[in-house]
Amino acid sequence: MADLSSKFAGISSPNPYWLASAPPTNTGDQVMRAFDAGWGGAVWKTIGDPIVNVSSRYSSVDIGGVRMMGLNNIELITDRTPEINFREITEVKKRYPKHAVIASLMVESKRETWHEIVKRAEGSGADGLELNFGCPHGMSERGMGAAVGQVPEYTCKITEWVKEAARTPVIVKLTPNIGDITYAARAAKKGGADAVSLINTINSITGIDLDNFSPRPMVAGRSSHGGYCGPAVKPIALNMVASVAKDSEVQIPISGIGGISTWRDAAEFFLLGASTVQVCTAVMHYGYRIIEDLVDGLSNYLDEKGFASVNDLVGRSLGNVTKWEELDLNYKIIASVDQQKCIGCGLCYVACNDGAHQSIGAKPRADGRTDVWILEDQCVGCNLCSLVCPVSGCITMKKVETGRPTVTWKDFSKDPDKFAYLKDPHH
Amino acid sequence: MDRFQEIKPALAGDEALSEANRCLMCFDAPCTRACPTHIDVPGFIKKIGTGNLRGSARTILEANILGASCARVCPTEVLCEGACVLNDLHHKPIKIGQLQRHSTDWLMARGGDSLAKLFPPPQKRVDAARVAIIGGGPAGLACAAELARLGHLPVVLEAAQRPGGLNTVGVADYKMSSAFALQEIEWVRQLGVEVKTGVTVGKDVSIADLERDFAAIFVGVGLGKVGALGIPGEDLDGVLDALDLIAELKTDRAAAQKRVLGKRVIVIGGGNTAIDAVTQSARLGAREVHLVYRRGRAEMPAYHHEQELAQHDGCRFVLDSAPTAVNGSAGHVESLALTRMRAQGGQEGRSAALEPVPGSYSEIPCDLVLKASGQVAHSALLSSLPGVKLVRNRPVVDEHGQTSNPRYFAGGDCVSGGKEVVNAVAEGKRAARSIDGWLRSQTKGAA
Repeated sequence: MADLSSKFAGISSPNPYWLASAPPTNTGDQVMRAFDAGWGGAVWKTIGDPIVNVSSRYSSVDIGGVRMMGLNNIELITDRTPEINFREITEVKKRYPKHAVIASLMVESKRETWHEIVKRAEGSGADGLELNFGCPHGMSERGMGAAVGQVPEYTCKITEWVKEAARTPVIVKLTPNIGDITYAARAAKKGGADAVSLINTINSITGIDLDNFSPRPMVAGRSSHGGYCGPAVKPIALNMVASVAKDSEVQIPISGIGGISTWRDAAEFFLLGASTVQVCTAVMHYGYRIIEDLVDGLSNYLDEKGFASVNDLVGRSLGNVTKWEELDLNYKIIASVDQQKCIGCGLCYVACNDGAHQSIGAKPRADGRTDVWILEDQCVGCNLCSLVCPVSGCITMKKVETGRPTVTWKDFSKDPDKFAYLKDPHH
Repeated sequence: MDRFQEIKPALAGDEALSEANRCLMCFDAPCTRACPTHIDVPGFIKKIGTGNLRGSARTILEANILGASCARVCPTEVLCEGACVLNDLHHKPIKIGQLQRHSTDWLMARGGDSLAKLFPPPQKRVDAARVAIIGGGPAGLACAAELARLGHLPVVLEAAQRPGGLNTVGVADYKMSSAFALQEIEWVRQLGVEVKTGVTVGKDVSIADLERDFAAIFVGVGLGKVGALGIPGEDLDGVLDALDLIAELKTDRAAAQKRVLGKRVIVIGGGNTAIDAVTQSARLGAREVHLVYRRGRAEMPAYHHEQELAQHDGCRFVLDSAPTAVNGSAGHVESLALTRMRAQGGQEGRSAALEPVPGSYSEIPCDLVLKASGQVAHSALLSSLPGVKLVRNRPVVDEHGQTSNPRYFAGGDCVSGGKEVVNAVAEGKRAARSIDGWLRSQTKGAA
């Protein structure tokens, strides 16, 4: 059995799955139920001056009948006092000493205010601090959250203030609502952060009610932009985690966040350099019980691959994330249809013909189905047919041995004439 | 529990949505090609998925004006759903019929004029022609609706007191009620279709009258009574045309119940009407139901899924057996005498010549014999149509639905010998377009 226990920037937890700072970590009761279900850690719902919330706070993007592919919220930080939150943290830590409890903090940008909240948080027994520099809605209008995270100098400065007072590890939570997230990560590092967590939610309007013309979630006929999360944002988060992990100036632990619903998602974050992951939307959808398969699936995967621990995964794919100019222009694949598996739906044909490179032939069959075949000399190996095919393993991309050496764009651009054959789209 | 409750009930809104989302949206979709009216099935299903039910209904009804009843009575198992690629992938095709019903019901619930409002009003044509439609069943109604949409003036002449033909009186009640069929016809009338009921051509109005008053004539008279068995005792009390029982059930259920409840019923025939007679008898409370067919199970014209329905209702199949006499006393049926049948000298299939097996006599006691061994043509009417060539009492039509007399067009069961509602609709619609083309060519010729 692989070892799932985790040590992140000095914070221990039985497994690398933490609940992200959000409604599922609003109270001690919730966090304790989550730990009973099997969660390794919890980042408390952000603590600061209690706020007032609006009614109607979440809205979702449903795709093809699947609910909550994306979730948006305009809820603010905790609406409970720091006293209550810290008292409950103390209680939770007393009952669950081996689990990670991280206090997420957000206060106005004053040195003394930050010093004070850091001391109170650590006094409660929290294992570490997460600085919420990412919340994109509401709080940012008051100069907090993303308003800090979007300006690297502010990020650095406030991290420094926190580090002046902190004795426990400090994690800076980054906003994705920025041109290049590595600048924010570098600023956190410069300010002394022990780790970063990313991504926070993305500015969004999920939709408009076509009957009353109000954006969602509707508050008396109006709405404001909210923070977008859930499965839809995972690809964006993966890219940002990889960029931060590869950045030579950052090189501190990363807690990955963004659309993680399954152990597979988590494994991808680990492979791109995260060493813990945080989950919110999937729990808001299905409850704490999803931790069972998150742990079980990951454990089985590690065993099958012969990995002793999660650490064996961390960053393993980073070397495979390169610039486009470093990709081999002579690598060639073409599509192949397994006619035994083909159900004759014709989707590959219409996708290729209208949406890609006109490399599939088709003709109606007597039984009403559509026969398809690959025009191998036309196929550019784009994958589209294999993506639309509804039958697993029916269309596969087969490698073609060209006998040619690896040639990257860098090589080609230096001497285009030497590789003139590459100018033929079907080389 | 209502034993006549629909076997394919309406889908709930969310059910329709999740079913619509299962559709792969095949290119050149097999379901569309399998439909005689070529409804753009993936097109109407995707519109359900986007909440565009009006557009969905229009996609259906553009192709098939009786799309609402076809959604209920079509043998989708062997047509669109039988062709669905998901049979291969998930062993469960999209519920196309029920989705079609979802959209057409939605529109129908929006009022009697909702169908007429769905389409742009027909152009006022100077060459608008009066066209007589003999027969108010699915073929005639589809022909009339298409003619009306093309701007012509169709008049449907229906011999019965209520229009709709088999749609109204011949469909098993758990598929579609008479009331629904009539409601749909009201819907179609609003397109500009005039329907005259209780008008028998050849009696109330002559062929000469029609030729005088109408520019073209569509013949969609369907089929008549079930043919005579040609065996002794056929006229005994308790021997009935299966279609008459179904019609009675649909118009006066109490009377049908009284006739069947607690009785031993034998249905003679192997087609879908025979199956309807079996399942309806079982639901009316028959004590036992036998189905007698002169060939084997594989040769039965009834669809496999229909045969299963009959079996599910506890029907006993008496195969390779033909009735030789109806026995009775005091004028009433008591039993059916049977002989075993076999194919002559190595012949196979549905057209093999049969011969009785010597010494194979048997008898099944019964109270009611329902004949469902095939309807016969309205040969008197058909043979009175001037210059319309008939083969085996069926008008011969070309690929446009035109008969050998160019003013006469025909379609539906009277031409095909008995097919589905959807085939009749396709043929009626095709004939309407041909009539319009032929009328144009006549006008041009005169000019």
